[in-house]
Amino acid sequence: MKEKVKIGFKDMGFWYGSKQILSEVNLKFYSKKITALIGPSGCGKSTLIRCINRMNDLVPTAKIDGRIIYNNEDIYGKNADVIELRKKIGMVFQKPNPFPMSIFENVAYGLRIQNMKDKNEIARIVKKSLEKADLWNEVKDCLSRSAFGLSGGQQQRLCIARTLANDPEVVLLDEPCSSLDPIATAKIEVLLKKIKREKTIIIVTHNMQQAKRISDYSCYLLNGKIIEYSKTENMFTHPKNKLTKDYLDGRFG
Amino acid sequence: MFNYKNTKEKLIELFFSTTGILTLLILIGIFVFLFVTGIHTFAKITPTDFFLGEQWNPDAYGTPKWGILSLIIGTLMIAFGSLVMSIPLGLAGAVYLSEIAGSRTRELLKPAIEMIAGIPSVVLGLIGILFLSPLIANVFGLSHGLNAFTSSVIVGVMVLPTIISISEDVLTSLPNEFREASLALGATKWQMIRMTLLPAALSGIVAAVMLGLGRAIGETMVVLMVAGNSIAMPTSFFSPVRPMTANIAIEIKEVVTGSLHYDALFAIGLVLFVMTFIVNFISDIIVEKHVRKYRW
Ligand SMILES: Nc1ncnc2c1ncn2[C@@H]1O[C@H](COP(=O)(O)OP(=O)(O)OP(=O)(O)O)[C@@H](O)[C@H]1O
Ligand SMILES: [Mg+2]
Repeated sequence: MKEKVKIGFKDMGFWYGSKQILSEVNLKFYSKKITALIGPSGCGKSTLIRCINRMNDLVPTAKIDGRIIYNNEDIYGKNADVIELRKKIGMVFQKPNPFPMSIFENVAYGLRIQNMKDKNEIARIVKKSLEKADLWNEVKDCLSRSAFGLSGGQQQRLCIARTLANDPEVVLLDEPCSSLDPIATAKIEVLLKKIKREKTIIIVTHNMQQAKRISDYSCYLLNGKIIEYSKTENMFTHPKNKLTKDYLDGRFG
Repeated sequence: MFNYKNTKEKLIELFFSTTGILTLLILIGIFVFLFVTGIHTFAKITPTDFFLGEQWNPDAYGTPKWGILSLIIGTLMIAFGSLVMSIPLGLAGAVYLSEIAGSRTRELLKPAIEMIAGIPSVVLGLIGILFLSPLIANVFGLSHGLNAFTSSVIVGVMVLPTIISISEDVLTSLPNEFREASLALGATKWQMIRMTLLPAALSGIVAAVMLGLGRAIGETMVVLMVAGNSIAMPTSFFSPVRPMTANIAIEIKEVVTGSLHYDALFAIGLVLFVMTFIVNFISDIIVEKHVRKYRW
């Protein structure tokens, strides 16, 4: 079976000012799969995924080269609409970052942005999103409480629910479990496997075991270059590149 | 046994508690003085005549009038007018500085704005008399421009730096994560500001506005110079008014110490004190409520 490409990088390069961070990136992210981005600290993983929803636009010195194709359109093209893009490509950050609002309002935020007024519809989507993020049962009785009262793991699932409320096609996660304990991490892994049935997931992780457990494809990035990209099982059992093998064996830094 | 470190700690503690208690004592002393002097008034004038009487004329032969309602209204009009002007401008300024202006512009503008706060109010009063009031008289076809409106504008300018500067600090101190989270969900910059940053900064902004309000209520020199000083009941924003502060400043020089008039002026001072106290109290409640709801 041939898999459907959701996002494609074509000879992409990226600079902060005069410093080149990514070079000659050619990559395909497949629809309804989980792709893990691994690599040592500072190799450009965050930069790479932040190119996909154009969060790097916020850095004035950022410069990009080549193309990133999403649904057959260049996301940096002349007619590209950043706002629409970010609704379709959601992002979950390393540190849980709920808004200083109630749990309900956190999830409803994206809907309010889209000017949805129908209260019942908003409540329905909030519930559905919290269910998808495996959080509904824990918070259904305290939806009006501040999101800051939740534990770190709950906050991170809330952030996932908040992203899902927009019904994105792609979800980017930048080390979403790095501040969580193993149990909270396991919960998130379970729910990611569940939502991949509908969505394309790209996850940056420092945790090799996590990449092995949840991803279908893995991509090893070193000094801004793609060293190896293949099915996760192949990469972890028979890495083709010696550099990848060294990294997986823990012989790196 | 002599313990050097312990003694030092004790001394530092002593220093801070003494200064703290001293400050508190001074504040209480001021209040007690105001209260004891002002309260005499009500032995001779009923509170109803004092607060609701529309005429203030302590020097009238036969039946002096002790109503301060027109003075209170003068104070409230200028406080309200100045806030109507300075809240939107102040917020816009703060949002511009923290979210829109580049760092270079901000570094130039912020000290410039804070410098306005350092302009002596008598200078602003002069500008009001010499430039603004003729202009306003011209524009609105008035015989002169010394009225509640003109002083609201000047007092508004005076409190603007306070509101801008504190609100800007509050906005800037909001974690960047809020901005990223909002934008990543597809918010426009304006939506991010309106739906995330301003609500998150609300308690700080309320504090800034209340500080400005306290200043507007207490401002004396500007209103003395440009409010028109009329003790007649104002009929519109273009009526000349005499706020409580101006009244005290004008009359305190002429009264006999210990006379009823003297006591009455202190009673007005007491009213001012209570007003600012209420302003602070309300802002504390708002901030407290907000902080409990949105904590980070
Ligand atoms: N705003 C910025 N301006 C300039 N350089 C930056 C900026 N953000 C990141 N960099 C640099 O870009 C390089 C790649 O950073 P990036 O955050 O993408 O790495 P990473 O692989 O995500 O690392 P980590 O695993 O530690 O998160 C680093 O050398 C970093 O110093
Ligand atoms: Mg990173």
